[in-house]
Amino acid sequence: MTDNELIWRIAGGSGDGIDSTSQNFAKALMRSGLHVFTHRHYPSRIRGGHTYVEVRAKDEPVQSRGDGYNFLLALGDSFARNPQEEAYYGKEELKPLYENFDELREGGVLLYDEGLLDEDDVDEIGLEEAAEENGWHVVPMDLRGIAKEHGREIMRNTAGIGATAAILDIDTEEFEQLIEQNMAGDMQEANLNVLQDAYDAASELDIDHDIEVPENSHDEEQVILSGSNAISYGALDEGCRFISGYPMTPWTDVFTIMSQHLPEFGGISEQVEDEIAAAALALGASHAGVKSMSGSSGGGFALMSEPLGLAEMTETPIVLVEAMRAGPSTGMPTKPEQADLEFVLYTSQGDSARVVFAPANIRECYTQTRAAFRIAYEYQIPAIVIYDQKIQGELRNLPASHFDEEPNADPGSVLTEEEIQDAAHHSSGKFQRFLHEPEDGSNVSPRSIPGQKDGRFLATGNEHNPSGHISEDPDNRIAQMNRRLNKLDDIRADLDENAGHQTYHGPDEADYGILVWGSQQDTAFEAVDRLNENGHSVKALGVSDMMPYPVEEVSEWLESVDEALVVEMNASAQFRGLTQKELGRYGEKLSSLLKYNGNPFEPAEIVDGFETSINGEDLAATNMKYLPAAGD
Amino acid sequence: MSAFSAIGEEREIDRDEFTPGIEPQATWCPGCGDFGVLKALKQAMPEVGRNPDEVALFTGIGCSGKLNSYFNSYGFHTIHGRSLPVARAAKLANPNLEVIAAGGDGDGYGIGGNHLIHTARENHDMTYIVFNNEIFGLTKGQTSPTSPKGHKSKTQPHGSAKSPIRPLSQSLNAGATYIARTAAVNPNQAKEIIAEAIEHNGFAHIDFLTQCPTWNKDAKHYVPYTDVQQSDDYDFDLSDRTEAAEMMRQTEEKLYEGEVLTGRMYVEDARPSYGEEKQAIGEMPEEPLAERYFDEDAEWERTYDNLLEHHK
Repeated sequence: MTDNELIWRIAGGSGDGIDSTSQNFAKALMRSGLHVFTHRHYPSRIRGGHTYVEVRAKDEPVQSRGDGYNFLLALGDSFARNPQEEAYYGKEELKPLYENFDELREGGVLLYDEGLLDEDDVDEIGLEEAAEENGWHVVPMDLRGIAKEHGREIMRNTAGIGATAAILDIDTEEFEQLIEQNMAGDMQEANLNVLQDAYDAASELDIDHDIEVPENSHDEEQVILSGSNAISYGALDEGCRFISGYPMTPWTDVFTIMSQHLPEFGGISEQVEDEIAAAALALGASHAGVKSMSGSSGGGFALMSEPLGLAEMTETPIVLVEAMRAGPSTGMPTKPEQADLEFVLYTSQGDSARVVFAPANIRECYTQTRAAFRIAYEYQIPAIVIYDQKIQGELRNLPASHFDEEPNADPGSVLTEEEIQDAAHHSSGKFQRFLHEPEDGSNVSPRSIPGQKDGRFLATGNEHNPSGHISEDPDNRIAQMNRRLNKLDDIRADLDENAGHQTYHGPDEADYGILVWGSQQDTAFEAVDRLNENGHSVKALGVSDMMPYPVEEVSEWLESVDEALVVEMNASAQFRGLTQKELGRYGEKLSSLLKYNGNPFEPAEIVDGFETSINGEDLAATNMKYLPAAGD
Repeated sequence: MSAFSAIGEEREIDRDEFTPGIEPQATWCPGCGDFGVLKALKQAMPEVGRNPDEVALFTGIGCSGKLNSYFNSYGFHTIHGRSLPVARAAKLANPNLEVIAAGGDGDGYGIGGNHLIHTARENHDMTYIVFNNEIFGLTKGQTSPTSPKGHKSKTQPHGSAKSPIRPLSQSLNAGATYIARTAAVNPNQAKEIIAEAIEHNGFAHIDFLTQCPTWNKDAKHYVPYTDVQQSDDYDFDLSDRTEAAEMMRQTEEKLYEGEVLTGRMYVEDARPSYGEEKQAIGEMPEEPLAERYFDEDAEWERTYDNLLEHHK
């Protein structure tokens, strides 16, 4: 257990300001020079229900949530159900306190709002015994009282920040600046007073604990943002100026961010009647010459399967975002899972091809969204960015210079009017949009945009001849099928040359491997570091390209290890299945560690799972599943 | 040469320009009403002065979906019922395009019914022609949303228990600003209405009655019909929503009683199109978005320049 870190968890009811408070807390710590990472947990409710956010801060870059946490600010759920329902639901206002007991580390600090939570009730949930057993430092404070004194009860969270700062001996200057930046007038003054009063009150308590908040200073300017921010900014920098969507958690985040910013970039956002329309609009805008995107989460993405196939058949570039949540069906709306992989790979009828990228973190959300646009528009193929509710909501700092890249407005393989005049035309007057063998030897035919002189063509979801006319000619069919599918080989070669999406971690040579994809990558990397510290010989590979799959890279890596554990957040080992399918073997080398209870892995769980797997033991933990290698 | 020089080109337009050359051969059945739509559409183009390169035609699936195989413009043969959302976005991306969508009664009023409501509600500046032959043709004769109550087909052998959809009234309620019904058996009216609809600034919905000689032999389209604008019996104010609603109700009743009334049913000129509404609130640029990608002087901002400040 590393102790040179702070993992601060703020817990309350939905609507208690947990999100905004934690964002400010994380930003203040980043401004003070620390590296930060947040992990969100929330119910599918608008008001009330236990929600928490963890802010992990270290003096080195933080890759994932930690193992448990060491400071709890329990605000209590101020939106608890009415007393009549108590018999059924229990005392809901207490949940943000007792539901967090399990993961609070030994010697941790537990600060709760005694203004909201009744002392007798708190006795009943066994806080005293649990605190004694675990060496917790329990700090009851009347945060509600302090907040009310200066204004409104909702400022309990500011009081909580003030008290946290005093207990952890953190300078309040950064918090004050944030309040001054974000608020004005009476609100600003009231919050500053609440912050100071709570700080003073907590300072007097003189709590003796072992948590040391590390110190650090960044050598370059940092920004803190979410995966949804990074996807949106990647799209904007790649010249995306049209988005269409329908709200669905967790996709709504990207849709919201893009809708807020597109008008200032001269672009258009459309909220439409359903997801079929959403994807269809993105196609229409792209057909008419604008770089466009749409997206959804599982159930909404299901509706997009028709337009997705149409995009492929008509070779209309389009970028779709799939933000996964737990399924099947509407599943668990606010909980992450990596179980839509197979769905996204194989959605739509026929032999279909699309590009699928799975960014592993906020950094990759930006770069791979850019790559998705570039590939989609150069190769005239749909590209999907698949990520999950975990990356969608978590915040992480990274150097601002990561985004300091030139925009790319190039619409890809589109001809100018001059080029169209010189291109081949059909006797019907139509431009040869879908040539069997494009002149440059590639599999990408030249493209025209409606309104261009002499560029007329027919885009159709039916099989078609080079000018777009519907055709069931067998030879034409083979030529068009091959050309469309062969693009994947070209894209693989392009990515190998330019992208380097796969991420290697750990020693160059090791006996064992951990293979991972998407949002669990960086957590697995942290586990690998610990395993090596513990005397194991392990390295990891994080794969980001789901289609086309990096067959050579992964094969080479798998050859270099004796066995590999595939870590993913689903129940049916989908990525392991994909790997075996693409590589055509290695079934005997791959085992799986799976988690699908709605919470992402913690590093220690992967350490446990790995140790269990190499010892050939059954997994003791009940929140995960171990799936042995074929033949085991 | 500008990026889209075909748009706004001033010259005489010949209807034959919209006819493809040797290929493809029309695969509609002999006597099909769809030929009438194709002919009327081609005849309307010279009247509105649009050349083939500036017209973007979006179709759904079915016999109507074949329209753009025989109409020589930019074409997008989409998926069943989805021509409208694809077309809408093309219009937003480049408002200078002449955007026309077409579908059948199954395509447009069944599977695509939701899109019709929302496209009408938003009042996109485009023309939507629905080939209404009261039958599913290409799937070989099943009951459609406009088939009369009691209509027998292989999928409803005891006769349909459903009342037919009332597309004109539905579009009026949803917010369409140009609504008309015409028929393949009246080519002059059809041509005029299509030309008017194209020139109308807003969503124009044309319910185009077409006969299906193969699967709907008892259809009423062969009976005499009345052009309501030419009849003194049907004097009503086209721009009055209440009078138009009453007229449409009568029209739709009478259609199933064997009397076919056609003509313009509602025309509203004052309401801005959706693109204009979006521009007015600052959610759509004044210049066509599509032009920017070809404009060498266009400035492309980086997120770094203005968005990352919030995250520092």
